This record gives sequence, structure tokens and C-alpha cells, in this order.
Amino acid sequence: MDSALIPKGVKRCPIGQFALFIAVVGAVLLWGVVAMLLIYIKGLNQTNMNNAYGFALWIWADLAVIALGGGAFFTGLLRYIIGKDELKNIINYAVLIGFVCYSSALLILAIDVGQPLRAWFIFWHANVHSMLTEVAFCLTCYFGVLTIEYVPLVLENRQVDKVPFFHHLSHNMHGIMAIFAATGAFLSFFHQGSLGGVSGVLFGRPFGFRTGINIWPWTFFLYTWSAAACGPCFTIFITRITEMVTRKKLVKDNVIDLLAKIAGWMLLTYIIAKIIDTVYWATVTAPAMGFTLMDFYSNNPGSVYGIWILIAEVGICGLLPAVMLVSSGIRRNPTLLFIAVTLAAIGACLNRWVMVLQTQAVPVLSFEEWFTYMPSWQEIATTILPVAYGIIMIALSYRYLPIFPQERELNPIEGGK
Amino acid sequence: MDQQKNKKYGMVIDLDKCTGCGSCMVACMAENNVPFREDDTDKLLSVSWMQVYRLSNGKAFPQTEECYLPRPCQQCEGHHGHSPCVSVCPATATDYDMHTGIVSQIYTRCFGCRYCMAACPYHVRQFNWWDPVWPTGMERSLNPDVSVRMRGVVEKCSFCFSRYQTSMNKAFLEGRRELEEHEYQTACTQACPAGAIIFGDLNNPKHAVHKLAQPDLAHEGKPRNPKAFRLLERLGTNTKVYYLSNREWVRKAGDNEVKKA
Repeated sequence: MDSALIPKGVKRCPIGQFALFIAVVGAVLLWGVVAMLLIYIKGLNQTNMNNAYGFALWIWADLAVIALGGGAFFTGLLRYIIGKDELKNIINYAVLIGFVCYSSALLILAIDVGQPLRAWFIFWHANVHSMLTEVAFCLTCYFGVLTIEYVPLVLENRQVDKVPFFHHLSHNMHGIMAIFAATGAFLSFFHQGSLGGVSGVLFGRPFGFRTGINIWPWTFFLYTWSAAACGPCFTIFITRITEMVTRKKLVKDNVIDLLAKIAGWMLLTYIIAKIIDTVYWATVTAPAMGFTLMDFYSNNPGSVYGIWILIAEVGICGLLPAVMLVSSGIRRNPTLLFIAVTLAAIGACLNRWVMVLQTQAVPVLSFEEWFTYMPSWQEIATTILPVAYGIIMIALSYRYLPIFPQERELNPIEGGK
Repeated sequence: MDQQKNKKYGMVIDLDKCTGCGSCMVACMAENNVPFREDDTDKLLSVSWMQVYRLSNGKAFPQTEECYLPRPCQQCEGHHGHSPCVSVCPATATDYDMHTGIVSQIYTRCFGCRYCMAACPYHVRQFNWWDPVWPTGMERSLNPDVSVRMRGVVEKCSFCFSRYQTSMNKAFLEGRRELEEHEYQTACTQACPAGAIIFGDLNNPKHAVHKLAQPDLAHEGKPRNPKAFRLLERLGTNTKVYYLSNREWVRKAGDNEVKKA
């Protein structure tokens, strides 16, 4: 039924099967939309946030998807600016994942504010000293860049490409893509960093606060670095998941290997920097504010924030995948590679989790207790909503757009064109 | 503008006098149209600009001692007005006033991102999770000088700023530019039956707050009175609310300290 829309020379599942898949994921999406409407109509009292937990699941989700979407800017930088030509075979997918991640972040932000109709105040009454202002400006601009990077892909759809104007537009946009890749990398450096600064500048919150250079806390640089390391890992992770679902090889091993190797070195250098930062914070910054390291990791209900979380983030989901990825033997084993990129992606999410949630949970006044928080179903549904949206976007793009340039070569159709 | 040469309104709260009666909280709510709900038992969801904490020395009877600590907004100055909350607000909905040292909140500009709440270690910033619903007839008893707030915005203690404006208007009409100490007093100060809350200009040597706290202006207002302390002094928030106590354990409870091995 939709064969005229499917790229030439590739095979796709029957439309009925595809429609059923979209319907199932669409039901999840609808659940999220219902929760979103409830929040818009009734307000943020639909969440389990409170005056101690002003930042919670949504802010974590924002920070996490932006870190994971970092594969777009970093792969673009490697492909267009540094000249790693092999990455042209995965850049489309990196852009698509980035587009999904960033549009999700904007959606969550739009739900998260108490007065959504005033959200534009962040641009109109901008406070240039606020990290959130920088995030809002750079994130919005970068989303524009990602849209520009994604549009040529849409224009390459078989039917759209038949229109001469769209054909030429797509061709010309590809021609100047290096400019947008450079712009994207520039913008990403700042908004990824600013997201790191969101907790890093909070000198009233000793768990999140970091010293730094001039106005930038160390977390500013660490966030950009970790996004550049873990973003490509997430791109590989989603590529592998897509290959599993479609039961096809979509990207050649040498491409994945190159990206994994670069991500591994980025991750290794990041984690060394992160360890140095943690040691300095634990031995100098926090004690100057009256806290020992274990004040942040003990005496909390159920040890939700026990020292295990630091070990999990830095060791199991940081150092371990970094070593796995830089070792060519391990990296070239598909199963171990998948484990490594999964751990790296979890590590980035864990880092964002503690910097948002644990920063709020730690009691600062000596006569207060730890604050606990469990998200409401509305918060969970609206956080899953972007995941469902992402799956649908990827499914549609995969079905109708030439996302993977090597797919035809890797999966020749007998007698087909 | 130099904060040290202007007014710097602040508070001194004598914790040895405070009985924890809660009059300050009630007066604050009435003065500032602070919203409340039918069931306001979850204190993490309710709004109270002034909150009274109960502190304990943690010792068993008969050494048990308790102390009540009223906590208004600490009106942090930080370094040169760089208070924790003001610097982070993305929409400039909160401001540090160099003329008075008061941290303001513009309710109609706040869009409810709650970054300021995440930044404030004192939990003085509270969110309107619901629209205010006043019991029938109560709308008529609301303070006309203080705007009521809507759902989805952050609010906090303003040192009863509307009273400052009213007093300044009166002074201007009388051809004055300066206020007497008694002309601008917060609702909690006036309501405290024990006289535990004292309010005034910390920069004015004639004001009681200055005499009690003895702020060292050369060192970001650190109290020279050995019985006085500020909450979380080590963070560099440079607050304008000073607490007094003769009891050492109370003074120590004001900040965190790394115990030496």
C-alpha cells in the first residue's frame, strides 16, 4: 500500500505489521498525552514534586536526553569538521536521534513550567547570569540546526525527491551542511555546558556546587565532555537496537568501530577528569562548606543515595565501559560492545540523576532530614511520552527515508532494485 | 551601587526568647495574603513565608533541650548582591535591591521553573501548587497592598515590602527621605509576644539590629557579637537574618562543620 514511499532497493515489513507496531507505541504515547493534558489543566499539583524537590524527574529527563542526544553534534563534528569520512554512514541516524532527543527535551520543558503561557519570558526578560537562560537560547537554536540537518533527509523520500525544487533544495542543503555541523558543535558546547552549570553554580547546595574557571564551574566542561563521549555511545546503542528489531545489519562494522573507539577515548579522558573533580570536591570544596563526602551518601532512607551510586556512576558505568571501548579486542565483539555502550549511556543518565535529584535530597540545614521523592504516574507517563514519540519518529524515518546509506549494500534484495 | 552605603534591612531573632508560639507565622500569612488549603498538613506542599523549626540537642532526659527557630527569607546578599536565587532566575523575576538589601519576587513575571527553589538552601522559596481558594468572605479581609499569587509561581518572604513602600510614600509626602526605625517593621516582628524578633537597618548604628548583631561590614556582615550567628555561614550566602542564643549547641546547629578526627 505504501510501497511507493519506501526507498528503492530496501525491504520493509508489511504495512499491517507496521501499523500494528505504531498503534501499540501510539497507545503509550496517548497515555502520556492524557497525563500532559491533566498537568496543563490541573497544574503541577499532579506531580509528586514539593517545595524541597522543585527539580525532579523531568529535569533529570531533560538533562539525560540532551546528553544522549549529544551524538548528533559530536558525530557531525567528527564527520564534517575533523573529516572522519566513514561516519557519513551513521551521521543521518545520529542527527535523527539528536532531533528526537532535543524535541523531547523541549516538550518536557514545556510541561515542567508552572505557567506555560509565560515560557517565552525566558527569552523576553532574559537574565544573562542564569545558566537556564543560556540553556534555553542555545537549546532552541540548536534544535533549529538539528531541524535543518534533518530536513534534507525528509526531502530524500522517494516521492518528495521527485519534486525538482525539493530535490535541489536537499542537494544544496547537503552542500552547506558543514556550516550547520560547526554551528551545532558550537551551540552544543555551550548548552551542554550550561546544563552542567545548572547544578554547578548552586553555592547554596554543597552536593552540586563546584568551583571552576571564571563564571564556569567544572561541571560545565564535564557535561560537554560526557555528552561528547556518551552521546555517540547512545547512537551506537540505538543503532544496535534498530538492527535487532529489523533483523538487518544497517551499518558496517568499521563505521561502528571508529565511532566506538573515539567515544571510548572521550569517555576515558572524561572519567579521569570526573575522578579528579570528585576528589577535589570531596577533599576541598565540600569540607570548606562544612560537609564530608560521606555526609552526602549516608543516613538517607533505604540508602537510595548510598556510596554505591558514586561507584556505579564512575566505576561500573564510567571507567569500565571506557576501558572496554578503547580496547580493540573487546570493542570488536558485538555483545561486549553493546554492553559497553549501554553502560556508558546509563552512566550519563546516572550522572544527571544525582546532579539533579541528589542535590535536592541532601539536607543542607543541620536540623533537616533527607528529602525523599517518588514521581507520580503523571510524571512517569509524561517522561515515557517522548520515548514513545521517539520510537514512532525512528520507525517512520526508517521506513520511508534513506537513513542508512549502507543498508542496500548490506542487505541486497534478490532480483530487486 | 554599594550596598554598604545604603539601607540594609535585616533581622535579629533571639532564639532564647522564642517560645515557638507561631504568632509570627499567622501574622505573616494574614499580612501577605499567603494562601492555604483546607488540608495543609503536608508542609512540603504548603506555603509559609515564615516557618518555625523545632531543634533539639539530641540528648536524653533530663539533659534534653529544645529550641524554636523562626525562619523567614534570609535575604542573602552573597557577594555584591549575588544571592543564590537571584543569579539563577532565567527571567529576572527576582531581584536584589541595592537600596534596601531585600530580595524581591515579581509574581507576574515568574513562570514557575523553580530553579530558585533548587538554589535556596533555606527552603524559603515555595511554589503555588494550587490556585488560592479563600474561605467565603475572606477575600474582603485580604490585604489590598499585597497582590495575591496564582498557581504555578514561586513566592517568598519579602520583609513585608509593601509596608516599606507605604512608609516611604508617607515620608515623601511629609518631605522626608529617611524612615524612623519604628516606621518600617515587619508583621512578624510586631506580632511576636516575646519580642524575640527585632527588625531594622543593619547599616544604621542607631538601630537595634545593628547593636545586637554587630555586623562586620568589612567581612560580609559576619556578626561580631559572640552570641550571634547566621544560618549556613560557610556557604557564603551572606544573609541578613541573625540569630542570638546563649546556648552553644543552638549556635552550632546554625551551620555544618567537619568534625576533626
